[in-house]
Amino acid sequence: MMSTQSLSLPEPVTPISEQILILEPGRTDKHYWMDLWRYRELFLILAWRDVSVRYKQTIIGVLWAILRPFLTMVVFTVIFGRVAKLPSEGNAPYALMVFAAMLPWTLFSSSLSEASNSLVANTNLISKVYFPRMIVPSATVVTALVDFLISLVILVGLMTAYRYAPSWQILLLPLFTLLALLTSLGPSLWITALNVKYRDFRYIIPFVVQFGLYVSPVGFSSSVIPDQWRLLYSLNPMVGVIDGFRWCILGGESPIYWTGFALSLIVVVFFLWLGISQFRKMEKNFADLI
Amino acid sequence: MSDVIIRAENLGKKYTIGHQAENGRYVALRDVVMQNVRTLWHTTRDIMRGKPIIQGDTLEEIWALKDVNFEIRRGEAVGIIGRNGAGKSTLLKILSRITEPSAGRVTIKGRVASLLEVGTGFHPELSGRENIYLNGAILGMTRSEIKRKFDEIVAFAEVEKFLDTPVKRYSSGMYVRLAFAVAAHLEPEILVVDEVLAVGDAAFRKKCLGKMQSVASKGRTVLFVSHNMAAIMALCPNSLLVDAGQIVATGRSQNVVQTYIDGFDRLSSGKSIRDRKDRSGDGSIRVIGLRFGTLANLEGGSWATGADSFVDIEYECVEKMLYRNLEIALGIKHLDQTPLLYLGTKVTNQDIESVTDKGTSRCVLPLLPLEPGRYSLSAELKQNGIIVDHIEAASFVDVVEGDFYGTGVIWPYGGFLCNYSWSHYGKNIA
Repeated sequence: MMSTQSLSLPEPVTPISEQILILEPGRTDKHYWMDLWRYRELFLILAWRDVSVRYKQTIIGVLWAILRPFLTMVVFTVIFGRVAKLPSEGNAPYALMVFAAMLPWTLFSSSLSEASNSLVANTNLISKVYFPRMIVPSATVVTALVDFLISLVILVGLMTAYRYAPSWQILLLPLFTLLALLTSLGPSLWITALNVKYRDFRYIIPFVVQFGLYVSPVGFSSSVIPDQWRLLYSLNPMVGVIDGFRWCILGGESPIYWTGFALSLIVVVFFLWLGISQFRKMEKNFADLI
Repeated sequence: MSDVIIRAENLGKKYTIGHQAENGRYVALRDVVMQNVRTLWHTTRDIMRGKPIIQGDTLEEIWALKDVNFEIRRGEAVGIIGRNGAGKSTLLKILSRITEPSAGRVTIKGRVASLLEVGTGFHPELSGRENIYLNGAILGMTRSEIKRKFDEIVAFAEVEKFLDTPVKRYSSGMYVRLAFAVAAHLEPEILVVDEVLAVGDAAFRKKCLGKMQSVASKGRTVLFVSHNMAAIMALCPNSLLVDAGQIVATGRSQNVVQTYIDGFDRLSSGKSIRDRKDRSGDGSIRVIGLRFGTLANLEGGSWATGADSFVDIEYECVEKMLYRNLEIALGIKHLDQTPLLYLGTKVTNQDIESVTDKGTSRCVLPLLPLEPGRYSLSAELKQNGIIVDHIEAASFVDVVEGDFYGTGVIWPYGGFLCNYSWSHYGKNIA
């Protein structure tokens, strides 16, 4: 059955942007960042897809976002706080201190693992349609961000339970959240690009995440690190991020070690530069390799 | 309106593959160790840079496309035809920016949208409505554009009732209709389409073709790859023929399609059956050649659906003596060797009475009832019921598309066609 109405002709096109595109081997795209901006709707829609698919066919759905960091927090508090009797930051409750670190750590680790697999998980898109490839890994980061926002609920709960009032520093939390995202974006851009050719890299990520959890000051305060090692310890970019989070949430109880923080920042920027430049270098061959 | 919108100059795409070299070049242990260390270092470096590691010692470059030059004018609908592996898809991938050329350059004026597959990015868990937005965005439409055309898309796909059902519950027909409907409402300046019209049921395919036609007639530039010659000729006034990575013919679609069909034989004939070793039988008489064609095109080398097609079999007696009652049996099979047709002299009572030296026999198949595709042919000679020569898969024969019913409608379905006719009964039938 055919309806003639559905065959109605589309309106004439008006060539708005008559831009000339030249494709040549090794040519770097002048309009790369502009192109990325033009495809912002695709970014949003891919992010929305990942978020809305995430908890489909699960029973407790969104609760997973709360449960995972919460249970880890409980275990860490018992082991590091009760059993190992490590000191907390100032007078802050140990559980709260751990959770203040769990937040950025979960954000970092889940965005790292999601983004690193993102290109391979979207093989069909990569091999059939053009768009700036950076959209794919960066859109998956949004999923981690949504989980993060949901788990903020626990933070509120904990602070109420401990009757711990935040001070003005908490207003800077969004900044440090952004920092956590950028910290994960650098390495994940690099790894997801490498993962296109060598699937070995997908086995590296769980490893990094598992190691990182113990190497970063998640279950303990970074002040337990001896002073002479502290700067070196800050080479781990998550040290800066976690310290920043504790500073925001616990207020004055957890002063930031600024020299170390600056070093962490430098490492973050370096990885971001490395990730973006390597990604762009490999990007053009993704469709041939994937 | 006749300015050049796509220009390709010396365009090439290269892939590198590796081969294992002969062993035994390294004699001293030191050399071997050094070589391995060097290889390891290079490999590590390449991995970190994301370069492909090529296994093997000697590298071979394969040019999927080489020295391709063409110009396409604004508002033209151009067909791209060629055998599988000729480089059509590589060309489309370069034009739609999915992959980078290795040589030459392409200049494109305007936005390109490519449709290399229907339903790219469809997510099974999402509903039809959600997938329209998702797929639209992936194909390069803006949200407002999709919103504006939403009702049109839904009407085109005929899935109104299931808009909020996850597409994993869709029938495959519904899925394909929805996917195509989104794509059909793309309105870029340049549309690149790869063999996507071969989906859905009859009415829907017709609708798609109509839609494509309207897109082409609206002054938009369309590049259209298909194996369906009828569709190419209906949609595109001009075509490019790609073969072995090069453009071998351009011009009016009619002529280019004919060139394509004529050139089909180079694969199947030319191989010497005479030299084949994989044969059985006592070998006193041997099959030495098979030739194909249609009565309209004797040297064509291929068959065409609905055309009077023939196969010639040549044979030769090893010793020049008199043989009586020679029986020929040809078997037409699918490439997977499923038998399809038996063409034997025994069953039609047409055995060769006698032969002494050489001979050629022709079997004509009027109105060839086979659908387009490649078929395998086995050949057998028997004398008094004893096999004298037998070759499995002696040759391939390509059947090209043709208008079996003379109606212009070509309908690939299963494998065979036959003549039939319909009558209609009922109250309201004129």
